[in-house]
Amino acid sequence: MFANLSHYALQQYWWVIVSVLGALLVFLMFVQGGQTLIYTLARNDSDRRMLINALGRKWELTFTTLVTFGGAFFASFPLFYSTSFGGAYWVWIAILISFVIQAVAYEYRSKPANVYGRKTFETFLFLNGLLGTILIGTAVGTFFNGANFVVEFGHQGIATSYWAHPAHGLEAVLNLHNVALGLAVFFLARILGALFIHKQVESAEVASRIRKSLIRNTIPFLVFFLYFVIHLMFKDGYAYDPETGLVSMESYKYLHNILQMPLNTALLLAGVLLVLYGLFLGIFKGKETAFTFTGLGTVLTVLALFLLAGFNNTCYYPSAHDLQSSLNIRNSSSSHTTLTAMSWVSLLVPFVLAYIWYVWWSMSRKKITKEEMDTDSHVY
Amino acid sequence: MFEFDYTLIDWSRGQFALTAMYHWLFVPLTLGITFLIAIMETIYVRTGNPEWKKITKFWMTLFGINFAIGVATGIILEFEFGTNWSQYSWFVGDIFGAPLAIEGIMAFFMETTFIAVMFFGWNRVSKKFHLTSTWLVAIGSNLSALWILVANAWMQDPVGMKFNPDTARNEMANFWDVFLSPMAINKFLHTITSAYTLSAVFVIGISAWFLLKGRHQMLAKKSMIVASIFGLAGIFGTIGTGDGSARQVAHKQPMKFAAMEGLAKGKNGVNLTALGFVVNPDNPDDTIPGKEVVYRIEIPNMLSYMAYLNPDAFVPGVKDLINGNAEQGIPPVAEKIASGKIAIQALADYKEAQKNQNDSAALAARTLLEKHYRYFGYGYFENNEKHLIPSIPLTFYSFRIMVGLGMLFVLMFAMVLLWTFRGRMERKKFWLRLAVIAIPFAYLASMCGWIVAEVGRQPWVIQDLMPTMTGVTRIDATAVQTTFWMFVVIFTSLLIAEISIMVKQVKVGPKEEGGN
Repeated sequence: MFANLSHYALQQYWWVIVSVLGALLVFLMFVQGGQTLIYTLARNDSDRRMLINALGRKWELTFTTLVTFGGAFFASFPLFYSTSFGGAYWVWIAILISFVIQAVAYEYRSKPANVYGRKTFETFLFLNGLLGTILIGTAVGTFFNGANFVVEFGHQGIATSYWAHPAHGLEAVLNLHNVALGLAVFFLARILGALFIHKQVESAEVASRIRKSLIRNTIPFLVFFLYFVIHLMFKDGYAYDPETGLVSMESYKYLHNILQMPLNTALLLAGVLLVLYGLFLGIFKGKETAFTFTGLGTVLTVLALFLLAGFNNTCYYPSAHDLQSSLNIRNSSSSHTTLTAMSWVSLLVPFVLAYIWYVWWSMSRKKITKEEMDTDSHVY
Repeated sequence: MFEFDYTLIDWSRGQFALTAMYHWLFVPLTLGITFLIAIMETIYVRTGNPEWKKITKFWMTLFGINFAIGVATGIILEFEFGTNWSQYSWFVGDIFGAPLAIEGIMAFFMETTFIAVMFFGWNRVSKKFHLTSTWLVAIGSNLSALWILVANAWMQDPVGMKFNPDTARNEMANFWDVFLSPMAINKFLHTITSAYTLSAVFVIGISAWFLLKGRHQMLAKKSMIVASIFGLAGIFGTIGTGDGSARQVAHKQPMKFAAMEGLAKGKNGVNLTALGFVVNPDNPDDTIPGKEVVYRIEIPNMLSYMAYLNPDAFVPGVKDLINGNAEQGIPPVAEKIASGKIAIQALADYKEAQKNQNDSAALAARTLLEKHYRYFGYGYFENNEKHLIPSIPLTFYSFRIMVGLGMLFVLMFAMVLLWTFRGRMERKKFWLRLAVIAIPFAYLASMCGWIVAEVGRQPWVIQDLMPTMTGVTRIDATAVQTTFWMFVVIFTSLLIAEISIMVKQVKVGPKEEGGN
């Protein structure tokens, strides 16, 4: 089935899969967003405990999606993996450390003899929510604005890449457009976090603070997101010639992509409208289904943005330092054999999503109550 | 010919070793205790005896503490292939990335999805669904071990791929060759069975402590029976697959095999060294810096038999592998180095010819490259044999510590099983104390196994094709030094919390079931 597809078709297929994983990751970062709200939405120990336990039953899903996103990117576009992770060293290290401290925080937070105290682990959760979201968003911003790397053949007799900026990736935060995406992701994660908590935690006091929190995060989210999208429509992009592989700058590249990829544009619009509809439900109606709409909208929007970055002969990881080093789905992918083998594996994805959905549904039908926190055997 | 920044290389290796060893402190327990928990819960569901539920939940709590920090150290490990070994990822990413992605899709999601049910689902899902989830956590975690070990085995025995000079990287030729390589299967089985052994030692050790203190006797004895049977199966599996592993190494990585045995000079019918001391050779004329082993306690002809199933077979020593042994058809390393240099030059010529659109020159270069590619990695070495020999003392002693402790565990499991069945375990103070003390030694044995595997294969990151020194990311050594110390501080701080919490939970003991 897959072996008969052209290399380019497989490259496109895998860019879609990577994009879906990226989109799911941004949605699932509601856990991170929620982690930054544990003091805002909960003012007493009992509420805070419910809130942390609600998030704590989902954190591993986000974490695993991040790891799988990295793994799938490695398998399908290994040149991105080696160029970006090795080059933008400090950004990735910072992101990773923020997830390392998260991984222990839930489990160790309320255990006796945890050495550093409850507050420390709650601070870990907060830092992960703050840095994880902003830095991942900023890093994805470089998919549109470019990064400072060079790909060359000849170093030690083989092909390699190196970074051409001493800040090793941290320079991405100097670009307002990158940071705008990072902050948009941060505020969106907080919105989703608040909506999830509203849906999952049974506490009148917490519920009474949701609306205010939603408004406070929606305004900056819209500002940063709109700035990001509008600026994107007017900026130059990195296009490549599919015949020669040569990269050149193209004015209004992303606007062209919007116009030339109508299906994707429809996806983007549908995503944005769903996010807004969810926000409307959450803010004005206080509906718990708001989480589903905004969540689904987030997935569609991010998916469309990824496709915008990589399809239509666009370099998804442009080099601002050396134009011809820019990575696109053709020049950075795995071989036909590997993509074919991996495509067979990808048939598992719907099955995986199905059992995740089923388990989520089984586990989250009932809200988390104070009573459960007092009696259950495993509580964070 | 090539310049290398050895400060960068050493710190990058140090950082990877640090991360891998910290990660491995937590992984084996996860691999084994999840099965033990699944077995215990199965007994609970079958018998309906709430005592078994209490037992299941107790070990589950300890597992949860261990699991969190295992996850924390694991994420760094996965991304370190990119952050610190980016040239490696470039050179072999086409093959190496696939198992990592499959690990995520097939194993990690299974593990994390059902772990939530396992911990929080007691009152939210049915008994059967819960039990299934517990089994799926065990299967998921072991599946993840499968894929990462397939990746590791491929580095030790690169099969199923072909070098593509156009992309200047190795590309997958046959997925099944990579997945079903005997090295991969053996490594997987050896690793998981050793993990079952460690988990059994852990459970027995803690149970023994309860018996010594006269607490939770029912829990302790029941746990001991399950764990000692599981442990016996585990340790016999470890020994069997270890034997297979040794044969793999003898064939595919003879230098590692010679280092494991401290075998300086090869011969027919080699004895197996049970014990001995590694010393520097007396003869100063000796050009090989290989160490010699003295005061050997040996088993006649056993090594030849182990390696080739023939008590008279020739096993090459370090010197044979460096200087060559014409009689045995072993080429001297100088020849391989020369061949490797031709391959590297041919690749450069191919690239140049392509740039100039000189097809005939490109074809000639390509043909030459294919002929010499087998020894590509040797081309990075000058005629300095020292760099081609792994640390003999580290490999030699680690191997003996691992095997020796393994033998001890056989005895311990058997005795624990015997006395527990006879109902006299609580009176056997010696064995109880030994079981408690054995816990750290199980970890030591496990670590030593990885030292043999990973130190023993140096200087190769991919056997014969890529030396460790060409795999590193091109960044400043100071950056890696900084992150190394950051990781030391973070991992150690977390480890301290982990041990403290674990010890406290053991002291607290199982919770009495309330209401559910």
